This record gives sequence, C-alpha cells and structure tokens, in this order.
Amino acid sequence: MRTPPWRRPLALAGLAVIGAWAVIAIFAPLVAPQNPLAQKFGILLGPSSAHWFGTDELGRDVFSRVLYGARITLPLAVILIVAAMIIGAVLGGIAGFFGGWVDNVLMRVADLVFAFPGIILALAVAAALGPQLRNAVIAVVVVSWPSYARLVRSLVLSARSAQYVVASRLLGSSGLRVLFTDIRPNAAGPVLVLAALDIGNAVLLLSGLSFLGLGAQPPTAEWGAMVAEGAQNFNDWWVGLFPGLAILTVVLAFNFIGDSLRDMLDPRTARAVRLR
Amino acid sequence: MSSASVGGRHRDLRRFLLQRLGSGLVLCIGITLVAFVLTHLVPGDPAAANLGQRAIGDPAAVAAFRHQYGLDRPLPVQYLVYLKSLLHGNLGISEQSHRPVRTDLAEYIPATIELALFAIVLSLVVGVGFGIVAAVFRDRWPDHLIRVVSLGGVSMPVFWTALVAFYLLFFKLGWLPGGGRLDPAQNAPTHLTGMFTVDAAVHGQWTLFWSALRHLVLPALVLAIYTVGMLTRFTRASMLEIMGNDYVRAARLKGLPERVVILRHVLRPALVSIITVAGVAFGSLLSGTVLVENIFSWPGVGQYAYRSAVNLDLPAIMGVSLFVALVYIVVNLVVDLLYGVIDPRIRLS
Repeated sequence: MRTPPWRRPLALAGLAVIGAWAVIAIFAPLVAPQNPLAQKFGILLGPSSAHWFGTDELGRDVFSRVLYGARITLPLAVILIVAAMIIGAVLGGIAGFFGGWVDNVLMRVADLVFAFPGIILALAVAAALGPQLRNAVIAVVVVSWPSYARLVRSLVLSARSAQYVVASRLLGSSGLRVLFTDIRPNAAGPVLVLAALDIGNAVLLLSGLSFLGLGAQPPTAEWGAMVAEGAQNFNDWWVGLFPGLAILTVVLAFNFIGDSLRDMLDPRTARAVRLR
Repeated sequence: MSSASVGGRHRDLRRFLLQRLGSGLVLCIGITLVAFVLTHLVPGDPAAANLGQRAIGDPAAVAAFRHQYGLDRPLPVQYLVYLKSLLHGNLGISEQSHRPVRTDLAEYIPATIELALFAIVLSLVVGVGFGIVAAVFRDRWPDHLIRVVSLGGVSMPVFWTALVAFYLLFFKLGWLPGGGRLDPAQNAPTHLTGMFTVDAAVHGQWTLFWSALRHLVLPALVLAIYTVGMLTRFTRASMLEIMGNDYVRAARLKGLPERVVILRHVLRPALVSIITVAGVAFGSLLSGTVLVENIFSWPGVGQYAYRSAVNLDLPAIMGVSLFVALVYIVVNLVVDLLYGVIDPRIRLS
C-alpha cells in the first residue's frame, strides 16, 4: 500500500517548512529587518509594526534574532546528525562484521550510553568540556551515535549471511571491501530513515543545552539561549515565545518528514529508533 | 497447573532475578567508570569551578582543595578509593553543598520520583487512550487529528512549553501555583517516603495533600506532553499491527461486541510493546526533569544534576549517575516482570 509522496500532506508540509527556514538561513542578512546584535532600540518593547516580535532586554529586535537563529540551528542539526550517523555506522559496522570481543565491547559501551537519559550525559559532557556551542554539539553526538551503531550492527548481521555477500567473499573480496561496497548501500535506507526521525530530537537536545547556558553563549542569537532570556523576563512574553515557536516548527517539520519517510521506505526501522 | 511446574516457575523467577542483579551490578560499575573517566579526563578544573576567583590565585588554597577531595592522587587510585567507599554506602561529600552526596540525594530523589511517577501515570492514561482512538478510527479524522497532536507533543521543546504553561496558568490566570512543592508558608508533611502527596495522604494532612497535588500538576503536565506523544504513536502502531491478525477477525465474526474485541483481543496483546515503550518513556521523563525542575524550582535530582554538572561537582555527578543507573535497572526489571503478568506465555529468561 504505497502512497506517492505528493499524496502525503505531512511530508509536504514538513519539506515546505524546512525549505522556508533554509532560505531564511541563507538570506538572513537580506530578510531580517535589523542587525540581530544591534542594541539600539527601546528595551522590552512589545510587538509592534516596527518590531514584529518586540525587543529584548538589551533592546535588540527579536524578529531579526529569530531569523538569524536559523543560521545556527539548521546547519548544526545537519552536522551533528551526519557526525552521529558516520560514527555510529562505522562502529556498528565493525561490531557486526567482526563480532567477538570487538562487538561485545562496542555494544556494551552503546548500552551504557543508552542507560543514561540523554540530557544528563550531554550535560556532563558539555559542562566538562566547557560551555561553548561546539562542545554542546560534541555532547549531542556522544549521546546520539549508539542508535545508529545498533541499527547498522543488526543490518550487517542479517546481511552477513546473505547470498550476495557470500558471493562477494567467494570472489575474493576482503572483509572491509564487502562491508563498504556490498553491505553499505543496502544499509543506507534504514539509516537515513533513522536520521530523519532522530534529527528533531537532536535539535531539541542541542537547544536544551543552550537553554541551560551550556551551548551558545551571548550575544549569539540561538533559539534555546533566547528562550532562556525569555525565562528571565517572563512577563514580557514575546522575548521567549517566538524563538521557542521557531524550534517547534523546525522540529515538527523534521518529524513530519521522518515519519512519512519511515512509512514510505522502511516500516521496520520504527522499532529500532531510540525513543528518547 | 501442577505443583511441579509452579515450583519451576519460581526457580525461573529466582534465576531471572539473580541474573538481573548481576547485570545490574555490572552496569552500575560501568556507569561509575564512565562518569569517572568523563569528569576526570576533561580540561575543566573542579578547583577553579568551586573556589572563588581570589582563592584560585592562591596555590596553597588550590592544593588544599585538591587534597581535601583526593584530587592529588593518581586516577586509578582515586577510582578505587571511590568504589571502596561506595561499598560502605558513602558517596563522598558534595563540593557545592558541603554535605554528603547521600544526604543530598535522599532529599532530592523523592521529589523527582513523585514528579516522574505522576507524569508517567498521566501519560499512560492519556497516551494509550489517544492511541486506541486513533487505531479504531484509522485514517479518518480523529486519527489524523491525534497524529498531528502527538507529533506536536514530541516536537515541543520542553523548556519552552514549561515557560508558556508557567506564564499562562500561573502568571496570567493564576489557576495553579507557579513553583516549589508547597506554598512558602507550609511545612513538609510528616516524613515517610519524601513524596509529599503520599506522606500527606497517609497522615491525613489533607490541606497539605491538596497543596502538594496542586503544585505537582503544572510540572507534571509539561513533562507528560512529550511522553503522551510517544505513547500515543506506539499504542496506535501496535494496535494496528494486531488488528491485522486472523483471530481478531474471528472474534468479530463470531459476533463479539467491538468494545470487547478492541479491549480484550487487541489492547491486551498490544500492551506488551506499550509497556516496553513506557519504560523508555520513564527515562525520557527523567531527562525532562533537568529542564522542567529548573523552571518550576522543583527541588529534585534534575536541578541537582544541573547544578553539579555546571560546578563540576564530581562526587555529586557520580551520585546522580548511579541514581540514573538504578532507575534504569529497576524500570527494566518492572517492565520484564509486567510482561509475564500481561502475557503468561512469556517466560522469564
């Protein structure tokens, strides 16, 4: 029962929203009415025709800051999910292909990471490395790779005895060659689905760390950090409301896409997804 | 059932529990090792984080601090010392509160457990309910509506939802208290479990019970939004999977009312996977407490974890990690035991 992509309104809506945010990120200097760092307006002004989303406690234009925020969140989301995917896939591939103690050690480490609620481990890593956006990204990658490792390991395990792999081995291919040229293309689909489902969580975790002050530092216009500024001035609701809405739309759009991709490509991956 | 097989089941159960105890112990040691290595091999310096600016310039003060907390000894020795005192139930002294970590945890854990239990019960009731409705009305408007709502639930940044709820329900409307576990003028109920609602109810302190419950609602609601979304989606998926079975069609064909088919023939087997997800959901609730407790000034482990991480309070971080590992072990154990209750065919192994 396959529904063509154009009959999936959720997927289309998700793609449209992400597309719009990507355009905003690329052309932020042209789209944004003000410099996101300029402290030249009245302090904590409510939304008006001059400042659609009002101004913050330093007199900066919240609308411009929200638009510029896309320049941080979107690229970082892609970078960290790709990093987690590569690290997880390589380690999972090695574990599944070589088995034995390598497999045991790698999977026990993955289990340990799973046992930690994501943010507590990320919190420890980010705090230990020092409060910086880069370190928050590292922390999220540290928390995210095991689900890819597990998925790839199980895919490799099931592929190892498949006819095409056995044939390739009989033709004299080395283990690594089999892993990368024969198994990799077949594992790519489910891994991409997992990445699409996971990227929303990664964005939430990263902005959560920034909210706690362990990610982006002032005066960077990052959405999580902006919500934290809103928490300081919570009776001026516009300071925190709009950046939070920005996070919500991005994560929701990613989840629409991931959900639809899963339905289209690979119903089995649903079970392997980390559910944090 | 014959008595022999009853005895067999008991033996199975005992072997299962022993196995679990063993793997739990390994996990705890692993967790302490990870937390230890993580917090010691990194550039952050606890002395710098805990001593003031002035003391940092004074080498004697730094050396004294490092000596007091054993930071001047080789790493493996530090770890073994930690494990040894752990065996005596000693988790060390927190560098920020200057109290034993065990005392800190004993104070904060019940608050978090109370919050998380309340939230998980709420999520199970609402999430499973939504999931059933969505599955029954598959591909019709209630299903679409619930799908969008549950996707929204797992997409909301919890720290932002907390702020919005705080602003609306406390600041603007004043329907619910805004933070803490009780009103400022109130004293904690007579101590029993440390969970205020339970303690107050047991001792018949009904004003306190009502107050504690009202304080619990807002943070628990915010926490539950994510897990409701999660449980809704999984309930729907596993219900639909089971509805495709022949025995469900048979149950319908023999004229059973739809309600009976759904609840007895579909929901019950679906509960096995729902319970699994509920276990994972509990873990994600704990993640949420770090953010939510900070906003609602809920004096629990989440806030403590945040403060210890930011101050690089190593004994406290280790203590929180151990708590987290224990929760993970207990939750998995409960989930596995529930499997057996729901589906007697599942043997513990």
